[in-house]
Amino acid sequence: MTAPAPRPAEPDPPVGRPSEGERPPIMIRIALAWIGAMVLVAFVAGFLAPYPHTALHLADRLSPPLPFEGANPAFPLGTDELGRDVLSRLMVAIRSSLLIAFAATLISAAIGVTLGFLSAHFRGWVEAVVMVLVDAQAAVPFLILAIAVIAFAGNSVTVFALLLGLHGWERIARITRGMALSAQEQGYAAAVADLGAKPTRIYIRHILPNILSTVIVAMTLNFPEIILAESGLSFLGLGVQPPDASLGNLVGLGRDYIQAAPWLILWPAAIIVTTTLSVSLVGDWLRDRFDSTL
Amino acid sequence: MRFFLTRLLRAAVTLAVIVTFAFFVLRLSGDPAITILGTEADAAALEAFRTAWGLDRPLWVQYATYVQALLQGDFGQSMRLDQGAMHLVAERALATFTLTVPALAITLAVGVPAGVFAALHRGSAVDRTVMIAAVVGFTVPSFIMALVLILVFAVELRLLPSTGSGTWQHAILPVVTLALGGTAAIARFTRSAMVEVLGQPYIPAASAKGLIWPIVVRRHALPNAAIPVVTVVGFMIGSLAAGTVIVESIFSWPGAGRLLIDSVANRDYAVVQTILLLVGLMMVLANLTVDLLYGWLDPRIRTERAS
Repeated sequence: MTAPAPRPAEPDPPVGRPSEGERPPIMIRIALAWIGAMVLVAFVAGFLAPYPHTALHLADRLSPPLPFEGANPAFPLGTDELGRDVLSRLMVAIRSSLLIAFAATLISAAIGVTLGFLSAHFRGWVEAVVMVLVDAQAAVPFLILAIAVIAFAGNSVTVFALLLGLHGWERIARITRGMALSAQEQGYAAAVADLGAKPTRIYIRHILPNILSTVIVAMTLNFPEIILAESGLSFLGLGVQPPDASLGNLVGLGRDYIQAAPWLILWPAAIIVTTTLSVSLVGDWLRDRFDSTL
Repeated sequence: MRFFLTRLLRAAVTLAVIVTFAFFVLRLSGDPAITILGTEADAAALEAFRTAWGLDRPLWVQYATYVQALLQGDFGQSMRLDQGAMHLVAERALATFTLTVPALAITLAVGVPAGVFAALHRGSAVDRTVMIAAVVGFTVPSFIMALVLILVFAVELRLLPSTGSGTWQHAILPVVTLALGGTAAIARFTRSAMVEVLGQPYIPAASAKGLIWPIVVRRHALPNAAIPVVTVVGFMIGSLAAGTVIVESIFSWPGAGRLLIDSVANRDYAVVQTILLLVGLMMVLANLTVDLLYGWLDPRIRTERAS
């Protein structure tokens, strides 16, 4: 309905505003290191995990994490109610949560850029239809929309990722449309058009590279929201289904043992918070650095 | 006036898109006869159920019937509970509002003053707290916030009940969970809006003509900072609605959010559609209100629209 929330400019420097050619501030470097570690874990989870994430150790149920009384050194982060190794499950959960969020971010960007370009190119009724869809998407909170249509996903992680790909496309579509319209006013788009380039070539080879940095910043800001949406839905039991693990469903499953085994929710919760925090810090930093119009 | 009519038309189209989308997606995603009667039910019973609810008719006929009824104010019947969908939703929405209204009130009553104070005392302890709280508020999702609050106040300190409803104590943790994230967001937003306004040339100008600082803040800074803040409040209605779904589920609060989850699981079409329609309506109205407030807060927007 309304334009995206205007972000008032921050005239005072937040934690070390970057100036050209300088190294990123310490917080950003820590955040980047954390994101790097998470991506690494996601890649090597299959090899690194000490046990298969579904392996049961019924003799070691609800074993606490290491420094605590009664911990079993074989399970440094503890075990759950079925004696499954929390460390192994966390690694697999990081992999599926990151993979789903990454896929969904790409899908949402692809939808947004495509619709933004289409409406900028055709104007008229195409633009009107896209704008109506943008309005409708913005008028229903994503989580509520997702819950209403999640029945479609069944137990399919692919469909679930596609559904999450509907998160935030409307913002990217708006941005892309606006920037494509202003690109058309500039000489270069008209010049390649006069040289005989087809519209698809103009948009993909000439306009897209010019707006890519803004789109990437928008994606970085969308990514943590998608992680939160994924974990929220999985927490409610509507997303990734057991025995598969995602950070959200680990918290959801651990909730019944909050009194007896709080570590079951604290580990995945800490990872969700640290990861979204890191990505948002990096996103804000990128925005300040490359594009303060977002 | 013309501006307002265009907005109204757009709002109506938006709602029509939501209704249509919900209608078709729900019908394409599963058979309520099987989810409600169970997979064991015999073919005749399933057939009778489908005939009774008109599910055997072509989709577009069902859609036309639904829209026609909707325009006459008939939101349909719940298949599961044999009650009017609107009646059912309205009853549960009341329980939801007992959480969201206090949460929004706390958000505004704490967030706005905290943001203003932080902006007026930049670099102070309050300012730093607001900034840190804002980051935490954004990155800690409500389900984690809720579980941490339960762990601290219900499990460890045993001060408050962890789940359920009935007494006012039951409402405390859910309301606090809902309010925390919003308060942080509003505080941070108010702060940056205020900081920006305080940097404008008319602020020293107002001081220079001899006004005392509290008047400058109240008459010159606050009204100008209010415009972006009002926009965010409009958006927060949406995140509050989404937040209640999770919070009601964690605290076993019998509100519309839990009704939504249950109804989706049972493919209770009329109820899901009614909830989506009402949420959409609420958001659309919130945005319209925001637009009207703009005109009231900022005479420039008013004259721009008139021309």
